[in-house]
Amino acid sequence: MLTAIIAISGLAAGFGLLLGFAAVRFRSEGDPVVERIDSLLPQTQCAQCGFPGCKPYAEAIVDGAADINRCPPGGEATIRALADLLERDAKPLDPERGEERLPALAVIDEDLCIGCTLCIQACPVDAILGAAKLMHTVIASECTGCELCIEPCPVDCIEMVPETVTLGTWRWPKPGADTSAVIAASPNPASA
Amino acid sequence: MEPDRRLWRFHGGLHLPGHKRLSNVEPLDIVPVPARLIHPLGQHVGIPSEPVVEVGETVQRGQPLSRATGYICSPVHAGSSGTVVAIGPHPIPHPSGLDGDCIIIDTDGQDMPYEGYPPLTNYRTLNGPALRARVRECGIVGLGGAAFPTAVKLNAGAGLRLLILNGAECEPYISCDDSLMRHRAAEIIAGAQVLLHALEIRDCCIAIEEDKPEAFASLEAAVRRADDNRIEVVQVPAVYPEGGERQLIQVLTGEEVPAAGIPADIGILCQNVGTAAAVARAVLYGEPLISRVVTVTGHGVTRPRNLEVRLGTPLNKVIDHCGGYTDEARHLIMGGAMMGFALATDAVPVIKSTNCLLVGSDADIAPRQPASACIRCGECAQVCPAQLLPQQLYWHARADEFDKLDPYHLFGCIECGCCDVVCPSQIPLTQYFRYAKTEIWARERERRQSDHARERFETRNQRIERAESERQRRLEAKTRALKQTRSSAASKAVIDEVMARVRAKKAADERDAENGDGG
Repeated sequence: MLTAIIAISGLAAGFGLLLGFAAVRFRSEGDPVVERIDSLLPQTQCAQCGFPGCKPYAEAIVDGAADINRCPPGGEATIRALADLLERDAKPLDPERGEERLPALAVIDEDLCIGCTLCIQACPVDAILGAAKLMHTVIASECTGCELCIEPCPVDCIEMVPETVTLGTWRWPKPGADTSAVIAASPNPASA
Repeated sequence: MEPDRRLWRFHGGLHLPGHKRLSNVEPLDIVPVPARLIHPLGQHVGIPSEPVVEVGETVQRGQPLSRATGYICSPVHAGSSGTVVAIGPHPIPHPSGLDGDCIIIDTDGQDMPYEGYPPLTNYRTLNGPALRARVRECGIVGLGGAAFPTAVKLNAGAGLRLLILNGAECEPYISCDDSLMRHRAAEIIAGAQVLLHALEIRDCCIAIEEDKPEAFASLEAAVRRADDNRIEVVQVPAVYPEGGERQLIQVLTGEEVPAAGIPADIGILCQNVGTAAAVARAVLYGEPLISRVVTVTGHGVTRPRNLEVRLGTPLNKVIDHCGGYTDEARHLIMGGAMMGFALATDAVPVIKSTNCLLVGSDADIAPRQPASACIRCGECAQVCPAQLLPQQLYWHARADEFDKLDPYHLFGCIECGCCDVVCPSQIPLTQYFRYAKTEIWARERERRQSDHARERFETRNQRIERAESERQRRLEAKTRALKQTRSSAASKAVIDEVMARVRAKKAADERDAENGDGG
């Protein structure tokens, strides 16, 4: 009886020490789950989820403070990816957070711009170029369409323009969505 | 020549009605140079080329209009002499129906040739890279329909042992290669010889399907005339899609190209017969790729036939040359009935990959019935030449589960459409696969963009943090310095001195002001 108790306690202490050592020795920097969630988010840093950026939202999801359906720019695809990663059920986008919109770019009306630099300070990805009292412009390739520059503009000269489809970004429509685009026509056996 | 060459089979495939006699009975016709030529800057696989001419510039036939902007790129050349009237968006043949950047030329009717490419009749004294450079500057791309830059394909490195010229032309309705082989056999053989020399290999095999006996006889005769024992013409059974590179290699050699690899990995290079003829013209006559043979067929056109057409010719001019549309014309398709795509307008030009123009009646192209549910009969897997499981691919593509398509090798799909034809539920399988492919590419693009945005966001935060900490440091340093100054005994003297100076200056200023008022 006593031998058993000693043996079990000894084992417990041994493993406890081992685990304690491993926790210190192999400590991982940052939270890998947060990183993985962050990598699925669209990185617009738009704060529509109610958190000040994509990473804070990722942290909130891990802490259980926020659900996975609060990212309007990511939309259904992001919710689905998050659901897959976290092994939860996908759910529709929280309507309080906004709705999924087509990707858009901010465009500054350069005739109206007074050069106040407020939008430059608001842009989370440094996509606006300009200096005080000089015209500003948006670098289209860097703009994520977060709309954060719209609000601070005192003369309301920034507009969101939907991204145009080019030959490089065009996608085949999903069958059923648009039957007029059904292509690969099969030869009619009757005319053989 | 060994008539009893052993042939193998590839998995699946279909025996389809060819409908080739519709277009291959008439002799090869030539479409006159139209008043206006439209040259899209991107008519090949890869990035679009970049214009080297300006609006208003006079150009000669075959003069380069654009230059390659990267390795997988190809220039375009003026189809005839004339004046560049516009450079900008114009409808192009593309399944999206979107416009593409084009160089538009108003021809002058003179058809004056450009002298920039001297004929390399002494090509046997040149090495592979020199010949490849000629192929590249002449804008030659695969003419079988894929339009992959030929020079890139020729740069396959050492270890090649067999050149295959693909004259199988298995897709229903298309007969442009058939026509080329009948009428321009000598050019194809000359192209084969140039390619064999450039690649430093000793074996060439020209494959022709059994339903083209005239083309076979014509090429046999041309080989005999050339007296070249490196070249062998082989008849292969007519099975769709045998003209697929991988399928044809398997039929001829019994070897399979690795799924993620290219034919060069097993020492084989495959070129379309039309591409070989274009190589011969580029090297022997110094003529860039400015024309090609196009099949115009279907019951929707008055006189179906094969035509040699200058690239850039609007499709409506080609149709007009064939007597115009009939009352039965319902569908305008570029490519064949299996792999082609519908066009919304005939104002688009003939481009390098335009092998066929199918003007279909409702009898030619069966309208697709509404799709029913998949009954998992497995017919599609039986006929798939890439040995995929189309029903599984369909299942995941329909549910937008794109990550689950990888284990089923979606990108091994050659989009031949065999599964569509046999599907008893009329499911548009190929379109699901095309949809899934472009959707996966789009998501990859979005992911790259979001990674880039994250990087910029983090860099910006670091910069703001750095600026803030630097400001703090400067502030601290200043406060410290100020404290030190205050504590020192000498500071009083310094301040007194400065104050005295300020008072003196102020008094002087006031004096000046009074003097000014008085004056």
